[in-house]
Amino acid sequence: MRGVEPAPAAATAPPPPLDPDSRAWVRGLTLPGGERDVDVARLHAFLLRAARFELARRRTALRDVPAAELDDLAVQAANDALVALMRKLPTFRGDSRFTTWAAKFAILEASVKARRWAWQHREVTLEPEAWTRLAPAVAAADPEEAERLRAIAAAIRECLSPHQREILVAIALNDVPIDVLADRLQTTRGAIYKTLHDARRNLRAHLAREVDP
Amino acid sequence: MNEPPTGDRLLGPEPPELGCDECFEYLDRYVDAELGHELHEFSLCPACVGPEDCSRARRCLGMRAHLEGCPACAEEHASLLALAGRESG
Ligand SMILES: [Zn+2]
Ligand SMILES: [Zn+2]
Repeated sequence: MRGVEPAPAAATAPPPPLDPDSRAWVRGLTLPGGERDVDVARLHAFLLRAARFELARRRTALRDVPAAELDDLAVQAANDALVALMRKLPTFRGDSRFTTWAAKFAILEASVKARRWAWQHREVTLEPEAWTRLAPAVAAADPEEAERLRAIAAAIRECLSPHQREILVAIALNDVPIDVLADRLQTTRGAIYKTLHDARRNLRAHLAREVDP
Repeated sequence: MNEPPTGDRLLGPEPPELGCDECFEYLDRYVDAELGHELHEFSLCPACVGPEDCSRARRCLGMRAHLEGCPACAEEHASLLALAGRESG
């Protein structure tokens, strides 16, 4: 999956040397099977701490999760993060500290699981016409912002496809998390974001034409 | 964190921006740079969408734009920044 904009080819510099701590992690984790068990266990413990940290940040959204289940969620997130990380280990170039690199896998897995849990019983309704409900926001806004919102609403009506409207409304108005939406639509987060990005680009272009036809 | 106004949420960030996959790919180095743990000279990420502007800012602007436009990646970025900040003590 590429960026949402076409990227020019960038020169890739040769990998810089790893810092000592990162080097120790990589050395331990790339030992032959059996010999690396201690390091893998240490990494798993680190990922578990990161996953618990993430879930603790979301305790409001997760307040109905029983404590045992919450810790189960953390363990699953650490397990999945470990698998994903070990698969990516050969690509670790040392552009960051190893622990920062590793933690992002646990945070991603824990976030996705937490958002899924929080939304499991909530219906995701996709309504391409829901943008008409911008009215309360227009009423609450100051005159300048109200004018802008009216122009955006008109642009949504005129230049977006029904699918683009659904995605835009779900994410930008109804706060549906992008990965929950991707699950329901059986696609990927990257693909949903691409649709959102294209919709926003169309809106901006349309608004720019209005101002400067 | 304050919610951006509805209009900004609908229109999203100024382009160009990275996608979710590249955002994840370069999140750790972006965060370490924010924390002042830049291990090496600033270099462009291989997926850079605005090389000249990023070089000038010494910061990935496509990444910053994506974090403005994508609530999920923004949450993960905030967490990683908090956790990595704590780890560096
Ligand atoms: Zn994203
Ligand atoms: Zn860049």
